[in-house]
Amino acid sequence: MSAKKLKGWKEIPIGGMILEAGNSAEYETGGWRTFRPVMDMEACKNCLFCWIFCPDSAIIVENEKIKGIDLKYCKGCGICAEECPAGAIKMVEEAKL
Amino acid sequence: MGKIVAMTGNIAVANAMRQINPDVCAAYPITPSTEVMQQFSNFVADGKVDTELVTVESEHSAMSACIGSSAAGGRVMTATSANGLALMWEMLYIASGNRLPIAMMVINRALSAPINIHGDHSDEMGARDAGWIQMYSENGQEAYDNLIQAILIGESEGVLLPVMVGMDGFIISHSIENLSMLDDQQVKDFLGEYKPLHPLLNVNKPLTMGPLDLQDYYSEHKRQQTEAMELVKPAILKVAKDFAALSGRTYGFFETHRLDDAEMGIIALGSAAGTARHVVDGLREKGIKVGMLKLRVFRPFPSEELQQALGHLKSLAVMDRSESFGAAGGPVFSEVRSALYDLPTRPKTINYIYGLGGRDLGIANIEQVVADLQEINQTGKIKNLITHLTVRE
Repeated sequence: MSAKKLKGWKEIPIGGMILEAGNSAEYETGGWRTFRPVMDMEACKNCLFCWIFCPDSAIIVENEKIKGIDLKYCKGCGICAEECPAGAIKMVEEAKL
Repeated sequence: MGKIVAMTGNIAVANAMRQINPDVCAAYPITPSTEVMQQFSNFVADGKVDTELVTVESEHSAMSACIGSSAAGGRVMTATSANGLALMWEMLYIASGNRLPIAMMVINRALSAPINIHGDHSDEMGARDAGWIQMYSENGQEAYDNLIQAILIGESEGVLLPVMVGMDGFIISHSIENLSMLDDQQVKDFLGEYKPLHPLLNVNKPLTMGPLDLQDYYSEHKRQQTEAMELVKPAILKVAKDFAALSGRTYGFFETHRLDDAEMGIIALGSAAGTARHVVDGLREKGIKVGMLKLRVFRPFPSEELQQALGHLKSLAVMDRSESFGAAGGPVFSEVRSALYDLPTRPKTINYIYGLGGRDLGIANIEQVVADLQEINQTGKIKNLITHLTVRE
């Protein structure tokens, strides 16, 4: 989580309501990650399987080419590494990076 | 301008619901509240109301459907009793936590086991920490009046909390008494149209309700509920004032009877207040300085107001029609005694647990209570702090 100042009880909507739609981008789930996907760009064949399977839309693609992983949202679930047919993604423990 | 009618408490409540004409009612039958929804479903079938009546398979589902309908933006009501209320437990907290002003009639009944269908306050008292506004009614008239007012109290600005209105099972729910009913149009004008603050069905302003709320914000949302309860008090007084202008009947947090110059006091809720008032009048003729206080609103608990009303007494008996096993007395007693604690001088306060499972509370029982208070005043000593009245040894 970012170190944003949390609001007081008078400043927030009642009942836990979230009054704006499309706000999940504000919830940076990258903080949940224990294992980080590390890509071998040499081995990557740009098949986009990881982009299709990523449940958090955390694979960055530009001009149909894989550019990397958005670590702000990647939870480290490892699905991309599991699905990659080229074996180009390795899961590495964050503490060892 | 209204008319005098003779009807049972339940039919009076069903008629209040007909006049309120809620958008949605979701309910499941349970004695002694069944008659309310039975009569109301007749009104639905006869086209007397515009209500969507949702018949569900349990009280848990009834309250769930009420929550969904209220979140959608509707004015929503239901009725239940005892074990039905107990089955709603989980959803009661979700209704209040989501700040949904649902109005529910609770026909107060004992909780099983052993199974018993008759009137006591165990059901509603058990839900006293569920974040609902809670009121009690002495008779059919008050149940009718309280339920109509409950709609506006719950919907008040800053409040947005659900309300339960209690009425003693069978003793009131199935007794026919005279009461004054307002005209349909008067009730309609009094309530006006419900304008929900954050309706889920407003597609132009999409929002999320009931999201995960962890260590970072849950406490703040609970603090908001505490604040909302504070705002209930002025809301109750405002609604009561408007209702008095309409009906001529006045309401507050409680009603006192011959209490101002009294040395001894009795506090009662619901139907027992009528008996207590009768005993007070009889004893006053004999020169015994006793008065009574009937508590109408239990949540929010009117501590400061009770201090003002009771502080001058020498002794006070608090009548509880429910037991709080292992606690320092019944629920009303604990709260009243706590409220009086901060006074520099306060009455010696004792507790009577009475009338569980519909056990009758007679005139002689309350006369005995007053005799006990007289003894306390004479000796300055409390012999029994908590007495189980009307129970055989």
